Amino acid sequence: MKLSDYLTAANTMRTIQITKIVTESPTVKTYTFTDKQCANAKPGQFLMLWIPGVDEIPLSILNATKEGEICVAVKNVGTATQQLHAMQTGATIGIRGPFGNNFTQNNGNILLIGGGTGTAPLLFLSKTLTTNKSKKLTFIVGARTKNELLFIDQLNKVCQKGNFITTTNDGTYGIQGIVTDPIEHLLLQEKFDAIYTCGPEVMVKKIFETTQKHQQPLEASLERLMRCGIGLCGSCVIGKYRVCKDGPIFNNKQLTEIKNELGISKLNPNGNKTPI
Amino acid sequence: MEGSLLRVQLAGLSLDYPGMLASGVLGYSAESMFRVIKGGAGAVVTKSVGLYSREGYANPTVVQAKSGLINAMGLPNPGIDVYVGEIRHVKALFCQPLIVSVFGYSAEEYAVVAKKAAEAGADALELNISCPHVKQTGSEIGQNPNLLSEVIKAVKDVVKIPVFVKLSPNVTDLVLLANVAINAGADALTIVNTLRAIAIDVETTMPILNNIKGGLSGPAVKHVALRCVYDIREKIEHVPIIGCGGISNWQDAVEFFLAGANAIQVGTAIGYHSPEVFQTINQGITKYLKRKQFRSVNEIVGLSHRR
Repeated sequence: MKLSDYLTAANTMRTIQITKIVTESPTVKTYTFTDKQCANAKPGQFLMLWIPGVDEIPLSILNATKEGEICVAVKNVGTATQQLHAMQTGATIGIRGPFGNNFTQNNGNILLIGGGTGTAPLLFLSKTLTTNKSKKLTFIVGARTKNELLFIDQLNKVCQKGNFITTTNDGTYGIQGIVTDPIEHLLLQEKFDAIYTCGPEVMVKKIFETTQKHQQPLEASLERLMRCGIGLCGSCVIGKYRVCKDGPIFNNKQLTEIKNELGISKLNPNGNKTPI
Repeated sequence: MEGSLLRVQLAGLSLDYPGMLASGVLGYSAESMFRVIKGGAGAVVTKSVGLYSREGYANPTVVQAKSGLINAMGLPNPGIDVYVGEIRHVKALFCQPLIVSVFGYSAEEYAVVAKKAAEAGADALELNISCPHVKQTGSEIGQNPNLLSEVIKAVKDVVKIPVFVKLSPNVTDLVLLANVAINAGADALTIVNTLRAIAIDVETTMPILNNIKGGLSGPAVKHVALRCVYDIREKIEHVPIIGCGGISNWQDAVEFFLAGANAIQVGTAIGYHSPEVFQTINQGITKYLKRKQFRSVNEIVGLSHRR
């Protein structure tokens, strides 16, 4: 076996500088950097980002250009992300990846449903889908309140010929309610060739149940505690699947196999199964 | 017919295939271990379980090195009282041998965890006295002949199931420690755990692992692990040895058998292949045995020692 056959060798960590930071909402910033290895990343894949001396966290890829300009969205949710939010352009970070599988590319009538920063990989996906004109896009995004809605300008552009629906819990923008509210109605009216979702797992579970009820396809991106990122340590298992390697994208057949855990339980850092 | 070519009897256990899942890899949940069994493993070894829950270290816990992995997970586990549920789940899911890896901070702790694991249905135990990255357990015990002997005896006193002892390569005289383990009652030796290692990032000038140092596994350690197996087999004829370290294909596996291993463990290779890597290894060994006209994998154990 050639050394290059070992993915471990091909994916050593690269330390690089952050080239751009954009504040997207009170809690979310996007980070841009150059990494050749992630240039070929496909929508749905993730990378491991090292904050030197602090932590290493999994992040969905928000955008990747052929030139290797990579973008991720980071919500300030804990110690590691707080440290990252405090960093300035030029700060050094480490990158491993891209890891995991990706959303499949489908034609026809497409529905995308994003909750919070879960919108990131879907925005990346929608940009690759719209290059083909034979598609019809419906994009639903939800947030608690108006100023937490992400990437609205970009989404408006992507959905120019499609349908863009927003929901906020407090009704400050779009439809008042939660992101899953419009879906039942949509699925009754339309038959979709592909439905993609990413967001809080309780939301994903609800969408899974609704799509199953209407016998429509689904691909959902899941999130778990990640350590190795390469399918070894078992920290991210759900059912028989490793979210980092067999996922993070799961189709309805796989979601059916793991429905006893989906939106219900996950492994703690100590490996104990606990309620979500 | 092919099944019988690969069947291995080991310390009272019967394995359909000679490859086991190495400890530390995918060993939390019954369902992921079942997937490895379906992928062609003859047995599975769990993640190391202690008396109390441990969350392990913060990330980075893994460094992808040029020809292997350096890990310092920090023995994350839910504690034996919770883990017995998973042991029972495994026994309800499949009948292939389940080997529970046990660690502790004292001989008494090892014994308590071992007893609980055995009572819950473990078919064998593997004592982790060689973890290179957690203080006051692991290799701190495995490098000390008196402690090593004390731990093994304490466990043997309270369980009837076979006890494997996983030794550390980070010692001056491995054969001496192997003899200590056997004299204390070890039913088999797992050779070997990871090699102590470090990775430093040149840009930040910082060690990458949160724990600074960790254990190296994968292709990089294969020839060291192989030499460890060879050294022990050269001096000790009758103890069952389970070879472990950098095995990722059938050639690696056969090398370990020829060096004196009766069975093998695979861990890191699952990361760059899949849990089904065992099937590929099994097929390769079978072809090799047929081509060389051996009737059983047992016939090639230690063959390289024949002069």
